[in-house]
Amino acid sequence: MNTRRHTLQQGAAVAALLAAAGLWPQAARAAGNSKAFDARSVAEATRLLGATAAPAPSAEVTLQAPDIAENGAEVAVTIGTTLAGVKQLVLLVEKNPNVLVAVFNLTDAIEPVLSLRTKMSQSSDVYAVALMRDGRALFARREVRVTLGGCAA
Amino acid sequence: MTEPTRIRAQVQGDKAVVRLRMAHEMESGQRRDSGGALIPAWHITEVTITHNGRPVITAEWGPGVSKNPYLQFTLKGARAGDRVGANWKDSRGASRSDEITIVA
Repeated sequence: MNTRRHTLQQGAAVAALLAAAGLWPQAARAAGNSKAFDARSVAEATRLLGATAAPAPSAEVTLQAPDIAENGAEVAVTIGTTLAGVKQLVLLVEKNPNVLVAVFNLTDAIEPVLSLRTKMSQSSDVYAVALMRDGRALFARREVRVTLGGCAA
Repeated sequence: MTEPTRIRAQVQGDKAVVRLRMAHEMESGQRRDSGGALIPAWHITEVTITHNGRPVITAEWGPGVSKNPYLQFTLKGARAGDRVGANWKDSRGASRSDEITIVA
């Protein structure tokens, strides 16, 4: 527990420094087990997850989501890829307070398609990002309009 | 006190479609109580799905996953009698492990 607390304190200290330097738009919260979960932008989240190149769109990454979601508390999305050499599949919602929703480490034992439900605080672009073993980040994007925000959920 | 994860596995040929629903509040840390104070975030942070005890998916989640998280995926090389397990840990340090046996 000490090491985790220590890590969180360090993370918060760094975030405070960044905030003081004007590099961090909001103070980081001391929650989550990875700095990437405190990311405020898609580019920042993918970089913190280890992508070495800027994310590029790819037709081989799939993202299914409704065009209009009535309830932002439960928006069903399916993320997948037909690419080989994918290390992680990542779901991001651009305008959520925490951009990064989930990171899935894939193995060969499953088909690289996952369905889950995400919260959306407001209408936003949703990204499915495939992080490749070679450091590339490939994404698919869809705009989802939310009738009732899920921030209160 | 945690509730069991509901796991369903449906064999289709040499694969199985697995659906699971974990019971968790997934408090986002954005909500306020009636007094206006922020309700602290409380959500699942780590998930491990196993097939016959071997991890097939590990995941890290933030507060953006919906309440009572749902997950669906297709497991390759699955047969009736195989075991599918779901384990999670949350941001308060609680954890839960559940396992089912696939029936034909």
